[in-house]
Amino acid sequence: MTSAASNSLSTRLLAGERFALARMISWAENSNSRFPEALEAIWSRVGRATRTGVTGPPGAGKSTLVNELCALIREEERTVGILAVDPSSPLSGGALLGDRIRMEDRTADAGVFIRSMASRGSHGGMARSAVDAMDVMDAFGMHDVLVETVGVGQAEYDVVAAADTVLVVLCPGAGDGVQAMKSGLLELADVIAINKCDLPGADRLTSDMTEAVHLRTAGRDLWAPPVVQCSAGKREGVDDVLAAIKTHREHLKDQLDSHRRRKRIQQVRQVVGERMEEALWEEGDLAEQVEAILRTGTTPYATASNVTQSLLRTASGNQAKGIQA
Amino acid sequence: MSERRIRVLVAKPGLDGHDRGAKTVASVLRDHGMEVVYTGLHKTPAMIAEIALQEDVDVVGLSILSGAHMELFPRVRKELVERGMDQVLMIGGGIIPQDDMQTLESDGFAKLFGPGTNTGVIAEYIQTEVTKRWAASEAKA
Repeated sequence: MTSAASNSLSTRLLAGERFALARMISWAENSNSRFPEALEAIWSRVGRATRTGVTGPPGAGKSTLVNELCALIREEERTVGILAVDPSSPLSGGALLGDRIRMEDRTADAGVFIRSMASRGSHGGMARSAVDAMDVMDAFGMHDVLVETVGVGQAEYDVVAAADTVLVVLCPGAGDGVQAMKSGLLELADVIAINKCDLPGADRLTSDMTEAVHLRTAGRDLWAPPVVQCSAGKREGVDDVLAAIKTHREHLKDQLDSHRRRKRIQQVRQVVGERMEEALWEEGDLAEQVEAILRTGTTPYATASNVTQSLLRTASGNQAKGIQA
Repeated sequence: MSERRIRVLVAKPGLDGHDRGAKTVASVLRDHGMEVVYTGLHKTPAMIAEIALQEDVDVVGLSILSGAHMELFPRVRKELVERGMDQVLMIGGGIIPQDDMQTLESDGFAKLFGPGTNTGVIAEYIQTEVTKRWAASEAKA
Protein backbone atom coordinates (compact mmCIF):
# COMPACT_ATOMS: atom_id res chain seq x y z
CA MET A 1 0.00 0.00 0.00
CA THR A 2 2.72 2.40 1.12
CA SER A 3 4.92 1.29 -1.71
CA ALA A 4 2.21 1.80 -4.32
CA ALA A 5 1.50 5.31 -3.08
CA SER A 6 5.13 6.42 -3.16
CA ASN A 7 5.78 4.71 -6.47
CA SER A 8 2.87 6.41 -8.10
CA LEU A 9 3.87 9.79 -6.69
CA SER A 10 7.44 9.40 -7.94
CA THR A 11 6.16 8.19 -11.30
CA ARG A 12 3.91 11.22 -11.55
CA LEU A 13 6.79 13.47 -10.57
CA LEU A 14 9.05 12.01 -13.23
CA ALA A 15 6.21 12.46 -15.72
CA GLY A 16 6.36 16.17 -15.00
CA GLU A 17 3.25 16.61 -12.86
CA ARG A 18 3.64 19.76 -10.78
CA PHE A 19 1.29 18.63 -8.05
CA ALA A 20 3.45 15.54 -7.50
CA LEU A 21 6.46 17.84 -7.09
CA ALA A 22 4.57 19.91 -4.52
CA ARG A 23 3.36 16.85 -2.63
CA MET A 24 6.75 15.17 -2.51
CA ILE A 25 8.26 18.33 -1.03
CA SER A 26 5.53 18.14 1.65
CA TRP A 27 6.52 14.56 2.36
CA ALA A 28 10.12 15.69 2.82
CA GLU A 29 9.02 18.54 5.03
CA ASN A 30 6.84 16.37 7.27
CA SER A 31 9.38 13.53 7.45
CA ASN A 32 6.66 11.36 5.94
CA SER A 33 7.66 7.70 6.21
CA ARG A 34 7.01 7.26 2.48
CA PHE A 35 9.62 9.85 1.51
CA PRO A 36 12.83 7.75 1.61
CA GLU A 37 11.35 5.19 -0.77
CA ALA A 38 10.01 7.87 -3.10
CA LEU A 39 13.43 9.53 -3.15
CA GLU A 40 15.01 6.23 -4.03
CA ALA A 41 12.70 5.94 -7.04
CA ILE A 42 13.83 9.31 -8.42
CA TRP A 43 17.44 9.22 -7.22
CA SER A 44 18.94 8.44 -10.63
CA ARG A 45 17.63 11.81 -11.84
CA VAL A 46 19.14 13.78 -8.94
CA GLY A 47 22.38 15.68 -9.52
CA ARG A 48 21.83 17.47 -12.80
CA ALA A 49 20.64 20.81 -11.43
CA THR A 50 22.98 23.57 -10.38
CA ARG A 51 22.32 24.65 -6.80
CA THR A 52 22.77 28.13 -5.44
CA GLY A 53 22.19 29.12 -1.83
CA VAL A 54 21.28 32.74 -1.17
CA THR A 55 21.63 34.19 2.30
CA GLY A 56 22.15 37.47 4.10
CA PRO A 57 20.60 39.63 6.82
CA PRO A 58 16.85 40.37 6.84
CA GLY A 59 15.94 43.16 4.45
CA ALA A 60 19.09 42.88 2.33
CA GLY A 61 16.95 42.19 -0.72
CA LYS A 62 17.43 38.44 -1.09
CA SER A 63 13.96 37.67 -2.45
CA THR A 64 14.07 40.56 -4.89
CA LEU A 65 17.50 39.49 -6.12
CA VAL A 66 16.38 35.86 -6.42
CA ASN A 67 13.40 37.05 -8.45
CA GLU A 68 15.66 39.01 -10.83
CA LEU A 69 18.23 36.20 -11.09
CA CYS A 70 15.37 33.90 -11.94
CA ALA A 71 14.25 36.24 -14.73
CA LEU A 72 17.75 36.22 -16.26
CA ILE A 73 18.07 32.45 -15.99
CA ARG A 74 14.69 32.07 -17.71
CA GLU A 75 15.99 34.15 -20.63
CA GLU A 76 18.51 31.35 -21.14
CA GLU A 77 15.57 28.94 -21.50
CA ARG A 78 16.50 27.20 -18.27
CA THR A 79 13.87 26.20 -15.72
CA VAL A 80 14.13 27.29 -12.10
CA GLY A 81 13.07 25.86 -8.75
CA ILE A 82 13.07 28.28 -5.84
CA LEU A 83 12.94 27.30 -2.19
CA ALA A 84 12.30 30.22 0.15
CA VAL A 85 12.87 29.45 3.82
CA ASP A 86 11.38 31.73 6.48
CA PRO A 87 11.60 31.38 10.26
CA SER A 88 8.89 29.70 12.32
CA SER A 89 7.70 31.44 15.45
CA PRO A 90 9.41 29.92 18.48
CA LEU A 91 6.25 30.63 20.50
CA SER A 92 3.43 29.25 18.36
CA GLY A 93 5.38 27.18 15.85
CA GLY A 94 3.47 28.96 13.10
CA ALA A 95 4.98 31.03 10.32
CA LEU A 96 4.12 33.80 7.92
CA LEU A 97 5.72 32.97 4.59
CA GLY A 98 5.96 36.12 2.51
CA ASP A 99 8.97 35.75 0.23
CA ARG A 100 6.95 34.93 -2.83
CA ILE A 101 5.23 38.31 -2.72
CA ARG A 102 8.46 39.65 -4.19
CA MET A 103 8.51 36.90 -6.77
CA GLU A 104 5.01 37.33 -8.13
CA ASP A 105 6.15 38.01 -11.70
CA ARG A 106 7.16 34.36 -11.73
CA THR A 107 3.80 32.86 -10.68
CA ALA A 108 2.41 32.62 -14.20
CA ASP A 109 5.59 31.06 -15.59
CA ALA A 110 5.35 27.30 -16.06
CA GLY A 111 9.15 27.09 -16.08
CA VAL A 112 9.35 28.23 -12.48
CA PHE A 113 8.29 26.50 -9.28
CA ILE A 114 8.41 28.41 -6.00
CA ARG A 115 7.99 26.77 -2.64
CA SER A 116 7.96 28.47 0.77
CA MET A 117 9.25 26.50 3.72
CA ALA A 118 9.09 27.33 7.42
CA SER A 119 12.18 26.57 9.50
CA ARG A 120 10.22 24.58 12.14
CA GLY A 121 12.62 24.67 15.05
CA SER A 122 16.37 24.48 15.01
CA HIS A 123 17.22 20.80 15.22
CA GLY A 124 18.71 20.66 11.77
CA GLY A 125 15.59 18.91 10.56
CA MET A 126 14.94 21.96 8.42
CA ALA A 127 18.30 21.69 6.73
CA ARG A 128 17.53 18.11 5.82
CA SER A 129 14.04 18.93 4.54
CA ALA A 130 15.49 21.75 2.45
CA VAL A 131 18.14 19.50 0.92
CA ASP A 132 15.45 16.90 0.23
CA ALA A 133 13.30 19.55 -1.43
CA MET A 134 16.24 20.60 -3.61
CA ASP A 135 16.78 16.97 -4.59
CA VAL A 136 13.13 16.63 -5.54
CA MET A 137 13.19 19.82 -7.66
CA ASP A 138 16.39 18.56 -9.28
CA ALA A 139 14.82 15.19 -10.14
CA PHE A 140 11.75 16.95 -11.51
CA GLY A 141 14.11 18.46 -14.06
CA MET A 142 14.63 22.03 -12.88
CA HIS A 143 17.91 23.22 -14.41
CA ASP A 144 18.68 25.63 -11.61
CA VAL A 145 17.65 25.40 -7.98
CA LEU A 146 17.89 28.48 -5.78
CA VAL A 147 17.42 28.25 -2.02
CA GLU A 148 17.00 31.39 0.04
CA THR A 149 17.31 31.74 3.82
CA VAL A 150 17.84 34.51 6.31
CA GLY A 151 21.49 34.44 7.34
CA VAL A 152 21.03 33.82 11.02
CA GLY A 153 21.51 30.61 12.94
CA GLN A 154 23.19 27.29 12.36
CA ALA A 155 20.25 25.63 10.66
CA GLU A 156 20.10 28.37 8.02
CA TYR A 157 23.85 28.03 7.42
CA ASP A 158 23.42 24.32 6.94
CA VAL A 159 20.81 24.92 4.27
CA VAL A 160 22.84 27.21 2.06
CA ALA A 161 26.04 25.30 2.74
CA ALA A 162 24.43 22.33 0.99
CA ALA A 163 24.41 24.29 -2.28
CA ASP A 164 27.19 24.28 -4.89
CA THR A 165 27.57 28.04 -4.74
CA VAL A 166 26.70 30.35 -1.85
CA LEU A 167 25.68 33.90 -2.63
CA VAL A 168 25.76 36.28 0.33
CA VAL A 169 23.66 39.40 -0.09
CA LEU A 170 24.52 42.52 1.92
CA CYS A 171 23.32 46.09 1.69
CA PRO A 172 24.57 49.44 2.97
CA GLY A 173 23.01 50.94 6.06
CA ALA A 174 22.88 47.68 8.00
CA GLY A 175 26.18 48.00 9.84
CA ASP A 176 29.69 48.26 8.41
CA GLY A 177 31.84 45.56 6.88
CA VAL A 178 33.01 44.41 10.29
CA GLN A 179 29.44 43.38 11.13
CA ALA A 180 29.40 41.15 8.10
CA MET A 181 32.79 39.71 9.03
CA LYS A 182 31.81 38.85 12.58
CA SER A 183 28.54 37.29 11.55
CA GLY A 184 30.52 34.54 9.87
CA LEU A 185 28.72 35.04 6.58
CA LEU A 186 31.98 35.77 4.87
CA GLU A 187 33.46 32.31 5.41
CA LEU A 188 30.47 30.82 3.73
CA ALA A 189 30.40 33.10 0.69
CA ASP A 190 31.43 32.10 -2.83
CA VAL A 191 30.01 35.32 -4.23
CA ILE A 192 29.20 38.53 -2.33
CA ALA A 193 26.53 40.85 -3.71
CA ILE A 194 26.33 44.40 -2.40
CA ASN A 195 22.65 45.08 -3.11
CA LYS A 196 20.94 48.48 -3.10
CA CYS A 197 24.20 49.86 -4.50
CA ASP A 198 22.52 53.18 -5.25
CA LEU A 199 22.24 53.90 -1.51
CA PRO A 200 24.88 55.90 0.36
CA GLY A 201 27.57 53.73 1.88
CA ALA A 202 27.55 51.12 -0.87
CA ASP A 203 31.06 51.92 -2.10
CA ARG A 204 32.43 51.88 1.41
CA LEU A 205 30.83 48.52 2.13
CA THR A 206 32.14 47.18 -1.18
CA SER A 207 35.71 48.18 -0.41
CA ASP A 208 35.40 46.87 3.17
CA MET A 209 34.23 43.52 1.89
CA THR A 210 36.86 43.39 -0.85
CA GLU A 211 39.50 44.01 1.78
CA ALA A 212 38.03 41.41 4.11
CA VAL A 213 38.09 38.84 1.31
CA HIS A 214 41.68 39.74 0.53
CA LEU A 215 42.71 39.36 4.18
CA ARG A 216 41.18 35.94 4.33
CA THR A 217 42.32 34.52 1.02
CA ALA A 218 45.52 36.29 -0.04
CA GLY A 219 48.47 33.94 -0.41
CA ARG A 220 46.31 30.93 0.38
CA ASP A 221 44.91 28.37 -1.96
CA LEU A 222 41.35 29.58 -1.43
CA TRP A 223 38.62 30.82 -3.74
CA ALA A 224 38.38 34.59 -3.37
CA PRO A 225 34.68 35.48 -3.52
CA PRO A 226 34.07 38.27 -6.04
CA VAL A 227 32.33 41.32 -4.55
CA VAL A 228 29.67 42.52 -6.98
CA GLN A 229 27.46 45.61 -6.75
CA CYS A 230 23.85 45.44 -7.84
CA SER A 231 20.46 47.00 -7.34
CA ALA A 232 17.95 44.20 -7.71
CA GLY A 233 14.99 46.56 -7.29
CA LYS A 234 16.22 48.60 -10.27
CA ARG A 235 17.37 45.54 -12.22
CA GLU A 236 20.92 46.79 -12.35
CA GLY A 237 24.02 44.65 -12.00
CA VAL A 238 22.05 41.43 -11.60
CA ASP A 239 23.76 40.07 -14.71
CA ASP A 240 27.11 40.66 -13.00
CA VAL A 241 25.93 38.64 -10.00
CA LEU A 242 24.83 35.80 -12.26
CA ALA A 243 28.15 35.95 -14.12
CA ALA A 244 30.02 35.69 -10.80
CA ILE A 245 27.95 32.66 -9.81
CA LYS A 246 28.82 31.04 -13.13
CA THR A 247 32.52 31.83 -12.66
CA HIS A 248 32.45 30.06 -9.31
CA ARG A 249 30.70 27.09 -10.87
CA GLU A 250 33.38 26.98 -13.55
CA HIS A 251 36.01 27.08 -10.80
CA LEU A 252 34.35 24.12 -9.05
CA LYS A 253 34.04 22.08 -12.22
CA ASP A 254 36.48 19.23 -11.59
CA GLN A 255 35.78 19.18 -7.87
CA LEU A 256 32.00 19.39 -8.11
CA ASP A 257 31.43 15.70 -7.45
CA SER A 258 33.73 15.56 -4.43
CA HIS A 259 32.32 18.90 -3.24
CA ARG A 260 28.81 17.47 -3.34
CA ARG A 261 29.82 14.20 -1.70
CA ARG A 262 31.30 16.14 1.20
CA LYS A 263 27.94 17.84 1.67
CA ARG A 264 26.19 14.48 1.48
CA ILE A 265 28.36 13.18 4.31
CA GLN A 266 26.87 15.92 6.47
CA GLN A 267 23.38 14.85 5.48
CA VAL A 268 24.06 11.18 6.24
CA ARG A 269 25.72 12.14 9.51
CA GLN A 270 22.64 14.01 10.56
CA VAL A 271 20.24 11.23 9.67
CA VAL A 272 22.45 8.67 11.43
CA GLY A 273 22.48 10.91 14.49
CA GLU A 274 18.70 11.19 14.53
CA ARG A 275 18.19 7.47 14.03
CA MET A 276 20.72 6.62 16.75
CA GLU A 277 19.11 8.96 19.18
CA GLU A 278 15.68 7.57 18.43
CA ALA A 279 16.91 3.99 18.76
CA LEU A 280 18.72 4.70 22.01
CA TRP A 281 16.17 6.78 23.84
CA GLU A 282 12.86 5.68 22.45
CA GLU A 283 13.33 1.98 21.74
CA GLY A 284 15.75 0.89 24.46
CA ASP A 285 15.71 1.23 28.24
CA LEU A 286 18.51 3.81 28.33
CA ALA A 287 16.39 6.37 30.17
CA GLU A 288 15.78 3.88 33.00
CA GLN A 289 19.50 3.03 33.17
CA VAL A 290 20.39 6.70 33.38
CA GLU A 291 17.89 7.25 36.13
CA ALA A 292 19.39 4.38 38.09
CA ILE A 293 22.89 5.88 37.80
CA LEU A 294 21.65 9.34 38.75
CA ARG A 295 19.97 7.91 41.83
CA THR A 296 23.42 6.99 43.20
CA GLY A 297 24.22 10.72 43.36
CA THR A 298 26.45 10.85 40.26
CA THR A 299 26.81 14.16 38.39
CA PRO A 300 25.23 14.47 34.92
CA TYR A 301 28.70 14.55 33.29
CA ALA A 302 29.97 11.46 35.05
CA THR A 303 26.72 9.71 34.20
CA ALA A 304 27.09 10.69 30.55
CA SER A 305 30.70 9.41 30.44
CA ASN A 306 29.58 6.17 31.97
CA VAL A 307 26.80 5.75 29.40
CA THR A 308 28.93 6.82 26.41
CA GLN A 309 31.75 4.43 27.31
CA SER A 310 29.37 1.56 27.68
CA LEU A 311 27.70 2.37 24.32
CA LEU A 312 31.05 2.66 22.54
CA ARG A 313 32.18 -0.69 23.99
CA THR A 314 29.06 -2.31 22.60
CA ALA A 315 29.58 -0.57 19.25
CA SER A 316 33.22 -1.66 18.90
CA GLY A 317 32.17 -5.19 19.74
CA ASN A 318 29.76 -5.07 16.85
CA GLN A 319 32.16 -3.31 14.51
CA ALA A 320 33.88 -6.57 13.65
CA LYS A 321 30.71 -7.53 11.82
CA GLY A 322 31.14 -4.47 9.58
CA ILE A 323 28.67 -2.25 7.80
CA GLN A 324 26.36 -3.99 5.42
CA ALA A 325 26.38 -2.21 2.06
CA MET B 1 10.50 13.71 13.01
CA SER B 2 8.97 17.10 12.44
CA GLU B 3 5.26 17.25 12.99
CA ARG B 4 2.87 18.09 10.22
CA ARG B 5 1.59 21.66 10.27
CA ILE B 6 -1.52 23.11 8.71
CA ARG B 7 -0.57 25.15 5.63
CA VAL B 8 -2.89 27.97 4.62
CA LEU B 9 -2.92 30.26 1.61
CA VAL B 10 -4.44 33.66 2.32
CA ALA B 11 -5.27 35.25 -1.02
CA LYS B 12 -6.61 38.52 -2.38
CA PRO B 13 -8.38 37.98 -5.70
CA GLY B 14 -9.08 40.76 -8.17
CA LEU B 15 -8.94 44.51 -7.99
CA ASP B 16 -9.22 45.11 -4.28
CA GLY B 17 -6.57 47.05 -2.41
CA HIS B 18 -7.78 46.45 1.13
CA ASP B 19 -5.72 43.79 2.85
CA ARG B 20 -5.80 44.68 6.52
CA GLY B 21 -8.34 41.91 7.10
CA ALA B 22 -6.28 39.37 5.16
CA LYS B 23 -3.14 40.33 7.08
CA THR B 24 -4.98 40.18 10.42
CA VAL B 25 -6.29 36.71 9.68
CA ALA B 26 -2.86 35.58 8.41
CA SER B 27 -1.22 36.74 11.66
CA VAL B 28 -3.88 35.09 13.81
CA LEU B 29 -3.50 31.77 11.99
CA ARG B 30 0.28 31.97 12.40
CA ASP B 31 -0.25 32.55 16.12
CA HIS B 32 -2.35 29.38 16.15
CA GLY B 33 0.66 27.45 14.86
CA MET B 34 -0.19 27.38 11.17
CA GLU B 35 2.14 28.07 8.26
CA VAL B 36 0.56 30.87 6.29
CA VAL B 37 1.48 31.97 2.80
CA TYR B 38 0.14 35.38 1.84
CA THR B 39 -0.19 36.16 -1.87
CA GLY B 40 -0.18 39.94 -1.78
CA LEU B 41 -2.76 42.01 -3.65
CA HIS B 42 -4.44 41.75 -7.06
CA LYS B 43 -4.16 38.07 -7.85
CA THR B 44 -6.04 36.35 -10.66
CA PRO B 45 -7.89 33.11 -9.90
CA ALA B 46 -5.30 31.17 -11.96
CA MET B 47 -2.40 32.69 -9.98
CA ILE B 48 -4.07 31.84 -6.67
CA ALA B 49 -4.66 28.25 -7.72
CA GLU B 50 -1.11 27.91 -9.01
CA ILE B 51 0.33 29.22 -5.74
CA ALA B 52 -1.94 26.88 -3.76
CA LEU B 53 -0.60 23.99 -5.83
CA GLN B 54 3.08 24.90 -5.51
CA GLU B 55 2.71 25.43 -1.78
CA ASP B 56 0.62 22.26 -1.33
CA VAL B 57 -1.67 24.02 1.14
CA ASP B 58 -4.48 22.42 3.14
CA VAL B 59 -6.60 25.57 3.12
CA VAL B 60 -7.27 28.41 0.68
CA GLY B 61 -8.80 31.48 2.31
CA LEU B 62 -10.01 34.27 0.04
CA SER B 63 -10.49 37.79 1.29
CA ILE B 64 -12.56 40.22 -0.73
CA LEU B 65 -14.13 43.61 -0.13
CA SER B 66 -14.76 44.70 -3.70
CA GLY B 67 -18.12 43.02 -4.20
CA ALA B 68 -16.86 40.75 -6.99
CA HIS B 69 -17.01 37.59 -4.89
CA MET B 70 -19.74 35.86 -6.94
CA GLU B 71 -17.54 36.29 -10.00
CA LEU B 72 -14.12 35.52 -8.53
CA PHE B 73 -14.71 32.90 -5.82
CA PRO B 74 -16.20 30.25 -8.17
CA ARG B 75 -13.42 30.91 -10.67
CA VAL B 76 -10.75 30.28 -8.02
CA ARG B 77 -12.52 27.07 -7.12
CA LYS B 78 -12.67 26.01 -10.79
CA GLU B 79 -8.95 26.66 -11.26
CA LEU B 80 -8.18 24.62 -8.15
CA VAL B 81 -10.33 21.70 -9.28
CA GLU B 82 -8.67 21.79 -12.71
CA ARG B 83 -5.34 21.32 -10.95
CA GLY B 84 -6.61 18.35 -8.98
CA MET B 85 -6.78 20.39 -5.77
CA ASP B 86 -10.42 19.60 -4.95
CA GLN B 87 -9.44 18.29 -1.51
CA VAL B 88 -8.41 21.75 -0.34
CA LEU B 89 -10.59 23.38 2.32
CA MET B 90 -11.96 26.53 0.71
CA ILE B 91 -13.07 29.39 2.92
CA GLY B 92 -13.55 33.09 2.46
CA GLY B 93 -14.40 36.34 4.13
CA GLY B 94 -15.06 40.01 3.61
CA ILE B 95 -18.09 42.09 2.71
CA ILE B 96 -20.39 39.36 1.44
CA PRO B 97 -24.22 39.43 1.75
CA GLN B 98 -25.89 36.51 3.58
CA ASP B 99 -27.59 35.19 0.43
CA ASP B 100 -24.31 35.09 -1.45
CA MET B 101 -22.65 33.32 1.47
CA GLN B 102 -25.29 30.61 1.29
CA THR B 103 -24.93 30.27 -2.46
CA LEU B 104 -21.15 29.92 -2.20
CA GLU B 105 -21.45 27.47 0.69
CA SER B 106 -23.64 25.26 -1.43
CA ASP B 107 -21.12 25.48 -4.25
CA GLY B 108 -17.85 24.08 -2.94
CA PHE B 109 -16.97 26.64 -0.30
CA ALA B 110 -16.87 25.15 3.19
CA LYS B 111 -17.52 28.35 5.09
CA LEU B 112 -17.72 32.11 4.66
CA PHE B 113 -16.94 34.50 7.51
CA GLY B 114 -18.44 37.97 7.65
CA PRO B 115 -17.23 41.18 9.29
CA GLY B 116 -17.01 41.04 13.07
CA THR B 117 -16.14 37.34 13.19
CA ASN B 118 -13.96 36.50 16.16
CA THR B 119 -10.62 35.54 14.59
CA GLY B 120 -10.20 32.66 17.04
CA VAL B 121 -13.35 31.13 15.58
CA ILE B 122 -11.75 31.02 12.13
CA ALA B 123 -8.61 29.34 13.51
CA GLU B 124 -10.62 26.76 15.42
CA TYR B 125 -12.79 26.04 12.40
CA ILE B 126 -9.70 25.40 10.25
CA GLN B 127 -8.07 23.21 12.89
CA THR B 128 -11.17 21.05 13.25
CA GLU B 129 -11.84 20.69 9.52
CA VAL B 130 -8.26 20.02 8.44
CA THR B 131 -7.74 17.47 11.20
CA LYS B 132 -10.85 15.66 9.95
CA ARG B 133 -9.58 15.69 6.36
CA TRP B 134 -6.16 14.41 7.39
CA ALA B 135 -7.73 11.56 9.30
CA ALA B 136 -9.90 10.68 6.31
CA SER B 137 -6.97 10.69 3.88
CA GLU B 138 -4.84 8.63 6.29
CA ALA B 139 -7.62 6.07 6.48
CA LYS B 140 -7.71 5.95 2.67
CA ALA B 141 -3.93 5.50 2.39
